[in-house]
Amino acid sequence: MAKKLRKAYVGLIMAFLYAPIVMLILYSFNNSKSRAKWGGFTLKWYRELFADEAIMSALGTTLSIGILAAVISTALGTVGAIALFQMKRRPRQAMLSVVNLPMLNSEVVTGVSLMLLFAMARIQLGYVTLLLSHVAFCVPYVVLSVMPKLRQLDPNLAEAAQDLGATPLQGFFRVILPDIMPGVFSGFIMALTMSIDDFVVSFFTTGSGVSNLSITIYTMAKRGISPKINALSTIIFVCVFVLLIGINLSDLRKDPRSQDKVDKVRIPY
Amino acid sequence: MKNIFKKKGFWLLVILVIVVALLASAGEEEIIEEEEEEVIPWAAMPENPVPMTGETISVYNWGDYIDSETIDIFEAETGIRVIYETFETNEDMYAKIAMGGSAYDVIIPSDYMVERMIQENLLQKINWENIPNVANIDERFIHESYDPGFEYSVPYTWGTMGILYNTGAVLEAPTSWETLMDETYKMDMFMLNSPRDTLGIALVMCGYDLNSTDPAQLEEAKQLLIAQKPLVLAYVVDEVKDKMVGGEASVALVWSGDATFCMSESDELSYVVPKEGSNIFYDSMCIPHNARNVSGAEKFIDFLCRADIAAMNYDYVGYAIPNKAAIELMGAEEYNASPVNNPPQETLDKCQVFKYLGDKTQLYDQIWTEIISEF
Amino acid sequence: MKRNKALAVPFMLWAAIFIVVPLVMIVWYGVTVEEPIPYTEIVQEDGTTVFQLEDGSVTAVRPQKKTVVSLSNFRRMFEPTYLRLLLRSFKVAIITTLICLLLGYPVALILTGTDFKRPALWLMLLILPMWMNFLLRTYSWMSILENNGILNNWIASLREMLPAFDEWLTSRGVRRRIIFLYNENAVILGMVYNYLSFMIMPIYTVIEKIDKSLLEAAADLGASPVKSFTRVTLPYSIPGVLEGITMVFVPAVTTFVISQLMGGGKVPLIGDIIQNQFGKSSDWHFGATLSLLVMVVVLAFMGALNKIDKDDEPVKEVRIL
Repeated sequence: MAKKLRKAYVGLIMAFLYAPIVMLILYSFNNSKSRAKWGGFTLKWYRELFADEAIMSALGTTLSIGILAAVISTALGTVGAIALFQMKRRPRQAMLSVVNLPMLNSEVVTGVSLMLLFAMARIQLGYVTLLLSHVAFCVPYVVLSVMPKLRQLDPNLAEAAQDLGATPLQGFFRVILPDIMPGVFSGFIMALTMSIDDFVVSFFTTGSGVSNLSITIYTMAKRGISPKINALSTIIFVCVFVLLIGINLSDLRKDPRSQDKVDKVRIPY
Repeated sequence: MKNIFKKKGFWLLVILVIVVALLASAGEEEIIEEEEEEVIPWAAMPENPVPMTGETISVYNWGDYIDSETIDIFEAETGIRVIYETFETNEDMYAKIAMGGSAYDVIIPSDYMVERMIQENLLQKINWENIPNVANIDERFIHESYDPGFEYSVPYTWGTMGILYNTGAVLEAPTSWETLMDETYKMDMFMLNSPRDTLGIALVMCGYDLNSTDPAQLEEAKQLLIAQKPLVLAYVVDEVKDKMVGGEASVALVWSGDATFCMSESDELSYVVPKEGSNIFYDSMCIPHNARNVSGAEKFIDFLCRADIAAMNYDYVGYAIPNKAAIELMGAEEYNASPVNNPPQETLDKCQVFKYLGDKTQLYDQIWTEIISEF
Repeated sequence: MKRNKALAVPFMLWAAIFIVVPLVMIVWYGVTVEEPIPYTEIVQEDGTTVFQLEDGSVTAVRPQKKTVVSLSNFRRMFEPTYLRLLLRSFKVAIITTLICLLLGYPVALILTGTDFKRPALWLMLLILPMWMNFLLRTYSWMSILENNGILNNWIASLREMLPAFDEWLTSRGVRRRIIFLYNENAVILGMVYNYLSFMIMPIYTVIEKIDKSLLEAAADLGASPVKSFTRVTLPYSIPGVLEGITMVFVPAVTTFVISQLMGGGKVPLIGDIIQNQFGKSSDWHFGATLSLLVMVVVLAFMGALNKIDKDDEPVKEVRIL
């Protein structure tokens, strides 16, 4: 009985979380412009979606910014984490709190401060500023996920490599990087998801007609939410769903209670 | 049971994706029945386009504010390539120009912003000799209050603020701002979430000047809006279009451009400029102080003043135009039938443009914050 | 590992440009205002206009504004209007955080138990909606809750089908169209929906890591499930709870989109006012001042939480009885 109640409770929360998503998906097949009335089944919104240049170009921007920002911030963050790791305790603590600031700050403040930075530097807002801002708010998360792996690293490994004649660069790529790779990877994924989902920082730092999906949705919705947006959500959701369930199911089958895998499931913020 | 769900659900979804993808691609061949409106091609592409000269002009305009075909025609006629960018608010555009990071040749700010930019030396005087088509502009729509001496700007479109109402839901068609204080429409009206516009209308309702900065008058307007608050369903800006078309409320304070859009989407909606007078606004073509290609800019402005081109843009944009030659070309009767394009002259006489208030803008903002944070 | 100073340089540079300088910019904008330079316009005989400054000098160019250091924006910020907005933001954020905690903690607890064979999968399903763009999710709630929305339409057709239900509703004074949106509750709903997973995740992670033998020991020593919860699970989960609170509270107190969409502009929060300053109101200086305020408040909140974290750290030896 208690068990059933507990399951029902989780089910209820699930229903709450999925209700709007089910609605989005359902009404993406609705043959009526009204969002609330059912007018029969149609796929026309999917066709119109692919014909909509604004949405498609925003999708392209989102993906390209996401991948570029994730790559750059992963590189920068990994280097940064190693640099921090090599510092003495005091300066490291100081640097760490500086690096953590953007995470503690609200997104509004981060967005506004970056916008003021670009305004001061007289850089025209656009693709470049959007990319720079995304890198800026992603790096701390990469640092955060690489640091713990560095701590677990055997300090003798790199030295051993150098004693055996490896250059520091070789030492890094052959010895250190493979060991911290899980941290680097999870940092990359986090940066990617955060960049793709970001609205607030992008809102303040983009311009010149460059807009990512979030901003396009925001401006579009002001003119009236088209069911095209529902169609887009459905596609995004199904892709993510299939991808994640696929990855996780195959992993989980091997080891149903594998904690490591749960750690990979990160919240995209 | 859970296991079944997991496996079957998963595969069902995979199948669903494939089916959707297939149907979406297969459906491409179907003829999409769109109610293609009959478009009269006022202007046509020249038969022998002038080859591109390498000359360019850059134009900075509101989003969705020009028929892109007219740009193609301009390019074909002159050989000048148009680099076209859009902005969302006057303030965005102002920030770009004032920061100086980018140079545009033609911009289209609204009246009060024209005034501000003139004061801040951000615009240059227009050489009328190079813009013969300015003769097409109706003199009724030349307001010297924001451009003294008519030296810096050419009106492109104009509009008013008024009440958009659902003809099926109101007892009688509104004619006065009093409607916005009517208990009948309790929790059934939208107001604009915009300090200048909403406070301006409140000032008119109190019988004061739209541009008043007198603290006592503003206080009275503020009290009026606080008293109105229980009647207001929401304070919205652009969302008002979607919501009014969807029938969320019966009356709304809107700009005429939004009203045109809503009326084209729903037959139940109509628009009125209340008899007490209202705000009238102009979006005007200007040349910024740092324009690189002034002669190209003049050609473009002159081009947009041409009757056939103005008619095309009216068709596409939907805002009322000050171009009398274009109205004649399209047929004045049809044009004037719209309550948006043709408010009674006596109402129009009572309409005022917003003036740039300088640091008094802050006062408006403060009062507005006080109104909406009242709870 | 050999210390390699060269590595630190690009990173330090990055941190300086993208973390330190922007914050300095906020502070600089926050403590300055633009002031017009007073002048008089003189129309000369030849028709040209010149501008005379107060010190008597004459220029042909209209004098522009200058930026001066002033604390007037700080005075403005402490006016009751803005303090009230801040308080309201706090109230909404605290209620949101509490609801998320009350709803989320049991979920984390149940998932770590033995009821579900694959808790990790269920956890993933719980946070999956978060991969959808949050604007999309919020818009979906709007289309459900609108006056002409899905829920109201369903209720209307239910009323048509069941006259008794209709009569009952009418007798209770329920209007034809129920207004769900455009109030504080709608804003809170929107926030709870968007942030609930942020609460579940960290709590789950922490509870999952509790040594199961502790719980077994407690049971062996005769502790009731309730007692072993309050004595073992609860104290050990505090760090997760605190992290969850932070992850919900910080975005909730500063959001501007959810309040705008769900509240219809009737429930302005401090984030909305900041956004206005950079948009319509075009007063960047005051916007920066407000951002500073929010930053200080949030950092103070986090500092306070951190302190609790340290004080409440569960002692290594847990006394069961």
